[in-house]
Amino acid sequence: MSVAMPETDERVLETGFDATIAADQRIEPRDWMPEGYRKTLIRQIAQHAHSEIIGMQPEGNWILRAPSLRRKAILLAKVQDEAGHGMYLYAAAETLGVDREELTEKLIDSKQKYSSIFNYPTLSYADIGVIGWLVDGAAICNQVPLCRCSYGPYARAMIRICKEESFHQRQGYELLLAMANGTDEQKRMVQESTDRWWWPSLMMFGPPDGDSPNSQQSMAWNIKRHTNDELRQRFVDMSVPQAEALGVTLPDPELRWNDERKAHDYGEPDWEEFKAVVAGSGPANAQRVAHRRRAHEGGAWVREAAQAYADKQAARKNEARKAAA
Amino acid sequence: MSPHAMEEDATNAYQSLSETTDHDDPRWAFGTGIVEEAGAEVSAPVPEGVDAADLAAYCLMLGDDALIYSHRLSEWVSNAPELEEEVALANTALDLLGQARVLLARSGHVEGDGRDEDALAYQRSDARFRNVGLAELSDDLDFARAIGRLLIFSTWRLALLHRLVGSTDPVIAAVAGKGVKELTYHRDYAARWTLRLGDGTDESHRRMQDALDALWPYVGELFRTSDEETRLAGAGVAVDPGTTREEFDAVLDEVVSKATLTLPDRPAIGTIGGRGGRQGVHTEHLGHALAQMQSLARQHPGATW
Repeated sequence: MSVAMPETDERVLETGFDATIAADQRIEPRDWMPEGYRKTLIRQIAQHAHSEIIGMQPEGNWILRAPSLRRKAILLAKVQDEAGHGMYLYAAAETLGVDREELTEKLIDSKQKYSSIFNYPTLSYADIGVIGWLVDGAAICNQVPLCRCSYGPYARAMIRICKEESFHQRQGYELLLAMANGTDEQKRMVQESTDRWWWPSLMMFGPPDGDSPNSQQSMAWNIKRHTNDELRQRFVDMSVPQAEALGVTLPDPELRWNDERKAHDYGEPDWEEFKAVVAGSGPANAQRVAHRRRAHEGGAWVREAAQAYADKQAARKNEARKAAA
Repeated sequence: MSPHAMEEDATNAYQSLSETTDHDDPRWAFGTGIVEEAGAEVSAPVPEGVDAADLAAYCLMLGDDALIYSHRLSEWVSNAPELEEEVALANTALDLLGQARVLLARSGHVEGDGRDEDALAYQRSDARFRNVGLAELSDDLDFARAIGRLLIFSTWRLALLHRLVGSTDPVIAAVAGKGVKELTYHRDYAARWTLRLGDGTDESHRRMQDALDALWPYVGELFRTSDEETRLAGAGVAVDPGTTREEFDAVLDEVVSKATLTLPDRPAIGTIGGRGGRQGVHTEHLGHALAQMQSLARQHPGATW
């Protein structure tokens, strides 16, 4: 994308870009931007889009078995929204000069990442509720500040997505409330699921601040607004009373209110597990990527047919126009 | 709205989580607003002169077609060839699920044994299901199969629902009124893809033709009239499906020929002593679909979700 230009011109453009960022204004697709900014955004938006699409798998795992028709409808609609979110996010990435096909290829070749949380399996229906409560809750903590991100198309996509996410979160929590007030077996399912998802949810905010190499530049560019640890703390503080209301125990013996900090102290997530999952050896990494590859490659003949048909239609219109002339 | 106001708004939605779970937002009840919108109640009295058992059975037929086909469409989630198709197929599945819920609830009410939509969906064995065979086949993730079946199913069901808008049963009329709009979209979607696949590449043409050929034996059943339908058609509740064949053939002929494909000439699958899906005699596929659909609900008898 970069075009060779005299150094002074580039410096003038960079000054303008810096001024826009300093004034907390939005950068739009046609504005000049540094290559690093563009690359960072492409990486982040693609990763976010991939997360929506890969995230359809663990939840989709329960659509066919949903235990009531109302729960089935809610889950199906939610997973459909995720496909929609993927579409807006790929469209936002496309304003930066990449296309969806190219990004999908990178995903299935494991050259781009998606949120590690989706490398965990969904093993009971309580997981559908806990994903809504904790995973969507953590995603919202991460995403709400992105509604003010400096890149206009991404910020606008996030506004729409956050509205739907907060609804999904409430639906997940409402399922858990129903189960927590249900049979002993349902209560046990809620606790067991919370035990499995709590730590991976905390890991969704990324490594501790001291160990997060890209964060500082992203904050300087107003792509990121809060540090990983700030967001993680906010999430813990929000989740504690919600867990109490559900009657579940969060699986952290060190979790307690710190009156001096006016915040909860909490234990350290297992960062070795996090690194392993990020590096590709989580419980479901291989399965998720293979599934996405199978769907994408299995659909190639359909996309080719649509293209061939569109080309034929265009040629026919051309012929007709010539004949009329 | 300023971006900052948005942040507060979204954050508030998050923080309000434990305060309320009132079902005041219509989105809490996907698929149940349908009857209210049309001003009909599932508990409306059975129309005069109509046999309640016949009406309950007829609501099951229309409801089971939608429920079982919705289940098969849901198999596409995360497997579609493009994101736009993910959204469209899931949306179609949701529309049909919404229709099924109201029709099953109506059936349960008219039957009068206290069975609700979930009791009917999750606690019946396959011989109690009244859907046609076409609804219960799996696409086996063959997109041509998905499109061929959707074209056939939506053309048929749209023709039925068009006529059912005037049903003397207020719930069936309400489902039909909303369903006509939904099925119009489903049929349009299927027809557009039939054109693309039929007149696309050599491979897509071959696959689309193969799909129609494989599906065609299940078409005949769609137009066979059950005893309940015959009686209810006389009372203005039901439509005799046989009366929709002409419309169905005309639509299929137009779409298939425009797509450079050939309407198959294949015999219908056989019945057993004259009985098929409408009488609870199914293909081997239904039992597998129900084993999956009902497994979790049946593991937790008496639980509410």
